[in-house]
Amino acid sequence: MVLQPSLKNCLRLSCALRTPKAGFKSTARGALIIQSVSNDVYQNLAVEDWIHDHMDLEKRQVLFLWRNSPAVVIGRHQNPWQECNLRLLRQKNIKLARRRSGGGTVYHDLGNINLTFFTTRKKYERMENLKLVVKALKALRPQLDIHVTDRYDILLDRHYKISGTAAKLGGTSAYHHCTLLCNADKCVLSSVLKSPYKGLKSNATPSVPAAVKNLFEEDPTLTSEMLLDAIAKEYSTQHQIDHHITLINPADETLLPGINNKTKELQTWEWVYGKTPKFSISTCLNMAYKDSVLDVKVNMDVKHGRIEVCNIDLPEQWLPPALYSELVKSLTGSKFCPNETTTLATTLLRVCPHDDELHSRWNLLCENMIMLM
Amino acid sequence: VCIHRVRSCSSIRVIKSKYVCVFDKSALKFSHQQRLFRTSAVSCGQIVQFKLSDIGEGITEVTVKEWYIKEGDSVSQFDSICEVQSDKASVTITSRYDGVIRKLHYSIDDIAFVGKPLVDIEIDASKGVASEEDVVETPPMSHEEHTHQEIKGHKTLATPAVRRLAMENNIKLSEIVGTGKDNRILKEDILNYLAKQTGAILPPSPKAEIVPPLRKSETAPAAPKDKARKIPVPVSRPIVFSGKDKTEPVTGFQKAMVKTMSAALKIPHFGYCDEIDLTQLVQLREELKALAESRGVKLSFMPFFIKAASLGLLQYPILNASLDENCQNVTYKASHNIGVAMDTEQGLIVPNVKNVQVCSVFDIAAELNRLQSLGSAGQLGTSDLTGGTFTLSNIGTIGGTYAKPVILPPEVAIGALGKIQVVPRFNGKGEVFKAQIMNVSWSADHRIIDGATMARFSNLWKSYLENPASMLLDLK
Repeated sequence: MVLQPSLKNCLRLSCALRTPKAGFKSTARGALIIQSVSNDVYQNLAVEDWIHDHMDLEKRQVLFLWRNSPAVVIGRHQNPWQECNLRLLRQKNIKLARRRSGGGTVYHDLGNINLTFFTTRKKYERMENLKLVVKALKALRPQLDIHVTDRYDILLDRHYKISGTAAKLGGTSAYHHCTLLCNADKCVLSSVLKSPYKGLKSNATPSVPAAVKNLFEEDPTLTSEMLLDAIAKEYSTQHQIDHHITLINPADETLLPGINNKTKELQTWEWVYGKTPKFSISTCLNMAYKDSVLDVKVNMDVKHGRIEVCNIDLPEQWLPPALYSELVKSLTGSKFCPNETTTLATTLLRVCPHDDELHSRWNLLCENMIMLM
Repeated sequence: VCIHRVRSCSSIRVIKSKYVCVFDKSALKFSHQQRLFRTSAVSCGQIVQFKLSDIGEGITEVTVKEWYIKEGDSVSQFDSICEVQSDKASVTITSRYDGVIRKLHYSIDDIAFVGKPLVDIEIDASKGVASEEDVVETPPMSHEEHTHQEIKGHKTLATPAVRRLAMENNIKLSEIVGTGKDNRILKEDILNYLAKQTGAILPPSPKAEIVPPLRKSETAPAAPKDKARKIPVPVSRPIVFSGKDKTEPVTGFQKAMVKTMSAALKIPHFGYCDEIDLTQLVQLREELKALAESRGVKLSFMPFFIKAASLGLLQYPILNASLDENCQNVTYKASHNIGVAMDTEQGLIVPNVKNVQVCSVFDIAAELNRLQSLGSAGQLGTSDLTGGTFTLSNIGTIGGTYAKPVILPPEVAIGALGKIQVVPRFNGKGEVFKAQIMNVSWSADHRIIDGATMARFSNLWKSYLENPASMLLDLK
């Protein structure tokens, strides 16, 4: 009922988005509500970047509504190895993204909606935004027991977290975004957000785990669309604008010049993994070899996602010393990434002496190292 | 071009500031329109302590998470300096000054305090006055024009140095297209505008670059900018290319390739090339494609090439062998683990199909599908990537005819397949017909393999592919 992507609205938006300096020719004074037609987490994060960098929010604030297909999104200064089960993500083909705002890790799927409130830095006010969301939800379902905590979470029944918040401030603009759990897959959520990696030491922002619940569990008549609509309605009331949601396509380079570059940047290894704050790993590999189990201590320092220092405490002569140092030399400076390590190790094997015993030891060690990544 | 009388420009007043820097007109003063802000007197070459400004929401301390600059770097006003975090909010701190960073007051993970110094910046001598706040109000002009500006909702961002330049040249800032961040007007924009108006050759500014074709501001079809662009005066200016060389260390997988390829070229290679008529194979594949699809497998030409190679290796096992480091012993490998070169984001990887000698063409096709999807997802395992005994590289999917492939140790032979081209050929009756021709280029280790062996293997492989029915006879 609300989602009418008329051509007129697209043009209106196109004027608004492309000509921040030329003033506004549209009739939507004060604020604008837009919704993404894409479920690609990178494209949607790129739209946030674009609005943050290019729109003049002085006279008009923006509310951006979006949903993603399964993805894990970590905060700007977090460590993905610490926050989630990367192996499981790869297996299940769940994307990993790093956003530009701070805060903790979240699991996104179509049952989880995202709201971004764009304002100037001076008008940045998270509490107000969250109160708006609560007001909208209460208007929709007055019996819901929901409130905002001082950590900017929204709790259901005083206990279950249904929304988390993060924010980004820079230059003259700011944005505050939050999630809202409507009908997400809680099984997948809890399994992917549990890290299997041991021995990590880092100053990256840690996530604070919380018990979660879907609004759908409280009231099965609720859908994501209803929630989006209710929030848009409340926003339009408070900003005295038409209750109208403009749809945008995050792949539209004409509407959002430069957006595809932003999308690409968010997908690069250098951004997703390379921006991990420096961390160290101190752990023990238990390698089952022939009839015994070897305990091999491993110590590594990882900076910018690359191995800076690598120490593997192997029994003497288990690998020829020359080969061992070749392995360590190659690992140093390479990405802390299973694919990189696999291709590196198998390529190096080509120039190792032809010895089946040696080859099987080499493969065993490399496979165990790869499990750390 | 709008003419500004200097008199009207200088009718504005300064509020509590002193200037030590170079100004042509001593009567020059600035006005503060909307917001009152402090301007602090700064002399050139002086070191200024840039304080951490208010974050909002009553926050007094933040954690420094990342520095974008280091001591000794030059910064311009509005460049990003660092990223700080406070209570789930990540904040990008941008510089208020042009200059050189002289001191960082915090390390990563330190707590920084609002109102306390963040970095020390040595102010750039040529840039003049810097104010503590962004100068965001409209530039000096007569009162009516100022009101006009407000009605249009115009916001022009420019540093004081840029405003001075505009004023000195009698330019209205509203006429200029800003190409900096947030549509900020840069010194280059003023110079470009002047060049267009006067057709003069201007001395290139220190940061002269080829004007980038389409920046975000240029996609906006606002009226004032159109006016400025209608004069297509060809400007002859020396074109300066400011691209810089980029040096990166060779790491990880690349390092391993360096080692492997260096070892590979120690092998004395010889090459042998030929052309294969695939007309019959093309037809056969067309017929079998649908059947394979119904079993959920994509059938390309590779499974045929691989199986034919394995049949050939049964007759010429020396091509599936390995020479030890001292060249003392040759090991004839029992398994035909045929590697398939794959181009991925990482570069060249070579997973192999194990035991082709006991696989059917369909088995090989299924296995190739599996390896290809793992390869593109970056999830190939060590067993897939080790144990190869012979390699085929289908470079023809990208292009090319003949190639000179490099043997991958510890193997002794490799084949590169060019693209399939439709060319005219003569048949047995002397008639011209359309033939589907592919070129193959073999390389082999001349220490243990001679040309005749390679040629005979190639002929056998060729005969299987040119007449696929003959493969049936020898299929194991």
